[in-house]
Amino acid sequence: MIEELITSGRNLPDIDPRLQVWGWEIPFYLYIGGLVAGILFFSALFTLRNREKDYPTAVKWLPMAAPVLLVLGLGALFLDLSHKLYFWQLYTHLRWESPMSWGAWTLLAITPLSILWAFSWLQDIFLTWQWPYQWLNIFFQWIRKNRNSLAWALIILALILGMYTGILLSAFNARPFWNSAILGPLFLTSGLSTGVAATLLFSRSHKERKLFASIDLILIGIEIFLIIHLFMGFLAGTRVHILAARLFLGGPYTAVFWVFIMGFGLIIPGILEILELRHKPIPGYIPAFLVLLGGYLLRVIIVDAGQASRWLY
Amino acid sequence: MRYAMAIDTKKCVGCSDCVVACQTENNVPIGYCRDWIVETTTGTYPELSMELRSERCNHCSDAPCVRCCPTEASHVEEGGIVLVDHNDCIGCKACIASCPYDARFIHPEGYADKCTFCIHRVKKGEDPACVAVCPTHCLIFGDTDDPNSTISRILKKRKWKQLIPEAGTDPNIYYLL
Repeated sequence: MIEELITSGRNLPDIDPRLQVWGWEIPFYLYIGGLVAGILFFSALFTLRNREKDYPTAVKWLPMAAPVLLVLGLGALFLDLSHKLYFWQLYTHLRWESPMSWGAWTLLAITPLSILWAFSWLQDIFLTWQWPYQWLNIFFQWIRKNRNSLAWALIILALILGMYTGILLSAFNARPFWNSAILGPLFLTSGLSTGVAATLLFSRSHKERKLFASIDLILIGIEIFLIIHLFMGFLAGTRVHILAARLFLGGPYTAVFWVFIMGFGLIIPGILEILELRHKPIPGYIPAFLVLLGGYLLRVIIVDAGQASRWLY
Repeated sequence: MRYAMAIDTKKCVGCSDCVVACQTENNVPIGYCRDWIVETTTGTYPELSMELRSERCNHCSDAPCVRCCPTEASHVEEGGIVLVDHNDCIGCKACIASCPYDARFIHPEGYADKCTFCIHRVKKGEDPACVAVCPTHCLIFGDTDDPNSTISRILKKRKWKQLIPEAGTDPNIYYLL
């Protein structure tokens, strides 16, 4: 038996008895980042394939929400900083070793591009839309002509954004539950899936709903596959990684993870989407809502569990 | 040059003088500390053994806090001392999350803070405050690149351990056994 006690009265806020440096802001931002990545990825993808008439919700409508969501996410990130007035230091340095640094630069690129992307669809949605200044009209005519280049940029940036939200966590050596490269693809897949779910929530076109339900089904399958591999990796790892996995396999996160994330967030919406595709009368917003909620809970739980897992003591 | 510290667990009595000296020397705000004492009890009664350790930032040679810092606020100074530049720190807490020793905290003024090996004293040729006050002389500070330094000689002579070297950080605090 080993018992370790800090006898000198150390009781650092947010660190003792367990790490709690990140509250709601970080999981909220990671969720928004993934959701926006999903929305922009599919909007740009189907623009490149010239399918904007077939899939109007995904291509034209949802991108309107992307900049608003991004600003909300950035707001949450800003709230999390404890030395707020120095935030601009992010943009006086570029550090390849720090995922947070290239995440910050990705956001600097994708936020204005998402605004341009959203505005470029205004004239397609409201046919009589005119910008108040002539130069704006000329500028957005030019953007619309070069929409495919913008779409390619958005696809690449959206993939980086979705991936980095997971890699950000895996870069922290000290938290065994985050020490898995699977978190990158898992968060990317989950982000794409929430983007698809947002389309399913608002789409009124049968054709669009059918395609996006099929895509979501594939993404849900990949997510379940990645989650199983995440735990396989931990269980084949060192003692601290096995202990980290046990937080979910009998430990305090077991019920919330397997019931609410795996069950209500992935398996049940998956089954409902299969039934919907087979023309059973399932209200489409239910699986979409469950996927959106499951994606949020996934981030809340992973951010929290990572902070609960440790090397020392 | 590679600054390091050796801590003799056979001599340490856990008096916390190092903790108080650090707080005084570095004006550490009340309720916070850059070093602390850990008491470890191993075994089952009546065969128990106890170890006392004065712990602090390990000034790792492969420091994850420096790697994950997005602004280069966490950086490596001369002699391998890991420092935080307060005016570069945005308070993102990535370094706190990446430190396996939980050696960092957010200073009430907002930036990340931790042990500096009292670099301001070391530059003047003095020992860090914790080393200077230790009544049992169980803390030894010095340059492990210099084979004739006290710390190099004692590390050759005595058995020692590092804390969780398996975390891959290559720490520079040695506990003499």
